[in-house]
Amino acid sequence: MQDTIVMTSTDFAIQAEKVSVSYGSTLAVKDVFLDIPKNNIVALIGPSGCGKSTVLRCFNRMNDLIPGARVEGRITFNGQDIHSKQVDPVQLRRQVGMVFQRPNPFPKSIYENIAFGARINGYQGNMDELVERSLRGAAIWDEVKDKLKESGLSLSGGQQQRLCIARAIAIEPEVILMDEPCSALDPISTLRVEELMQELKQKYTIIIVTHNMQQASRTSDYTAFFNARATEQGGKMGYLVEYNRTEIIFQQPSQQDTQEYVSGRFG
Amino acid sequence: MTAEISRDTAPDLWKPNRDRSRLIEGIVKVICGAFAAVSIITTLGIVATLFFETLSFFGEVPFWQFLTDPKWTPLFASKQFGIFVLVSATVMISFISIAVAMPLGLLSAVCLSEYATPRVRKFLKPVLEILAGVPTVVYGYFALLTVTPFLQIFLPGLKGFNSLSAGIVLGVMITPMVASLSEDAIYAVPQRLRDGAYALGATKRETVTNVVLPAALSGIVSSLILAVSRAIGETMIVTLAAGANPTLGLNPFVPVMTMTASIVQVSKGDVPHGTIGYQTLFAVGTTLFVMTLALNIFSFWFVRRFREKYD
Ligand SMILES: Nc1ncnc2c1ncn2[C@@H]1O[C@H](COP(=O)(O)OP(=O)(O)OP(=O)(O)O)[C@@H](O)[C@H]1O
Ligand SMILES: [Mg+2]
Repeated sequence: MQDTIVMTSTDFAIQAEKVSVSYGSTLAVKDVFLDIPKNNIVALIGPSGCGKSTVLRCFNRMNDLIPGARVEGRITFNGQDIHSKQVDPVQLRRQVGMVFQRPNPFPKSIYENIAFGARINGYQGNMDELVERSLRGAAIWDEVKDKLKESGLSLSGGQQQRLCIARAIAIEPEVILMDEPCSALDPISTLRVEELMQELKQKYTIIIVTHNMQQASRTSDYTAFFNARATEQGGKMGYLVEYNRTEIIFQQPSQQDTQEYVSGRFG
Repeated sequence: MTAEISRDTAPDLWKPNRDRSRLIEGIVKVICGAFAAVSIITTLGIVATLFFETLSFFGEVPFWQFLTDPKWTPLFASKQFGIFVLVSATVMISFISIAVAMPLGLLSAVCLSEYATPRVRKFLKPVLEILAGVPTVVYGYFALLTVTPFLQIFLPGLKGFNSLSAGIVLGVMITPMVASLSEDAIYAVPQRLRDGAYALGATKRETVTNVVLPAALSGIVSSLILAVSRAIGETMIVTLAAGANPTLGLNPFVPVMTMTASIVQVSKGDVPHGTIGYQTLFAVGTTLFVMTLALNIFSFWFVRRFREKYD
């Protein structure tokens, strides 16, 4: 049933093989296979509770921080197993950045919000330049250049989210995970973030969770559709239904469920 | 088309007793108001008493003398009223106590909220709060009979009554308060801020020191200020362990007399009502009141100024 695509290029940033995640004794997602090609945007879509965020959090081992969460299966980043002993999750998270659903700037100045990540990662270069470059990269420089000393919390929600993107790219990761980055934003800010993603794609690999079908079809190169089915224990278990190039998922998916979901006839 | 609302029950089954509800509302309001008024009136009464008695004190003792006299001897034949003799003792002891309580309290708060497992936290937090309920007289004798002799092993010059051990024990006494209130502030920092830091490759320590503690700063500072006002007003420990010997200066090894200890001395002795010695009660009380009020106003301002709002 898994429809794994065969890529000619072996250039994958992240590969997930038979990944299952459980919280305590409940299995949340089961047997996910996902290969994320470099410098592409991959969208994860699916109904609420099917485990998109859970899968996303596997890739930078944020699930380690949730008591009781357990990840099984094999995930490689640039060919290396991220669960092997040699991999330090702190180091991994430097290379696999994350932008959260709700903007979460630190209660520090705009400048410090950017500089924090660089500093803890031992950046020795010119901090002012790095801050400016990151803010420009996140298309927010012009709006904040005159108030770098002000609190990050003084910005609007959309600006805060772009500040968080700037913060993520400041440490120059290879992959950026975005969990519904636009769900708290207005349409104009959303559009700006989407444009931004197209630019970021040149340098980074992006995995984005979204509930917005247009956003997935507009921005992404590949789309993974997740769904959930009821288990005998009465819970819900998420699984990957179909993963393919975005235009195929949206125009001629091989699964009935996918067809219904992307066309909005899901129930 | 007429929109006919269909109901499942007959309308005459619904008979709200609006008059009675309104009456009960009114009675509840009056009762609550009366109880609120009692505490407000009491406070006003205390302030008024302090104010008028202090006024009549300053009718006899010039304010300038109150501020500049080098001694505090209101019960002697040669009377001097240098309040700074008492203030210096109180400030010094409070300082020592906060120097003890701040690191102890903050570290336990950080351990409890960031490092302890939920089960340990659930067990230790109430234990901490019980510690805050130990009677201060117990702490006082602990300072006098245990801590002082112990410190004298290392500090031979230490007198039997001294600010040092009173301050240390006072610090231990207010530690649970600092820990508990700071822990609340730290615990209230939203998880998504921590996640944001971890996602940038921060270690736990970096997350705590750079993100969590600054975010909880206003709560931590107000817990410290509350603890300082508690230390300034604390009576039993300082009376028992620091002595009753008004000394100007900041030497922690010798007996001193704090403001609260002087109030104890005057009120437990047989100082006749209406004499100048008796009125020092109110002058010292007012000074104490002004100091703690200033601290609380500062804390109020600080919290308003630096509190971060996370909806
Ligand atoms: N921290 C957690 N502890 C326990 N269970 C969790 C936790 N996070 C998620 N789950 C469970 O895992 C399942 C998948 O959740 P997840 O948040 O990954 O879904 P999602 O697809 O991101 O949903 P949404 O679209 O609503 O964000 C859900 O059943 C949820 O209850
Ligand atoms: Mg989610």
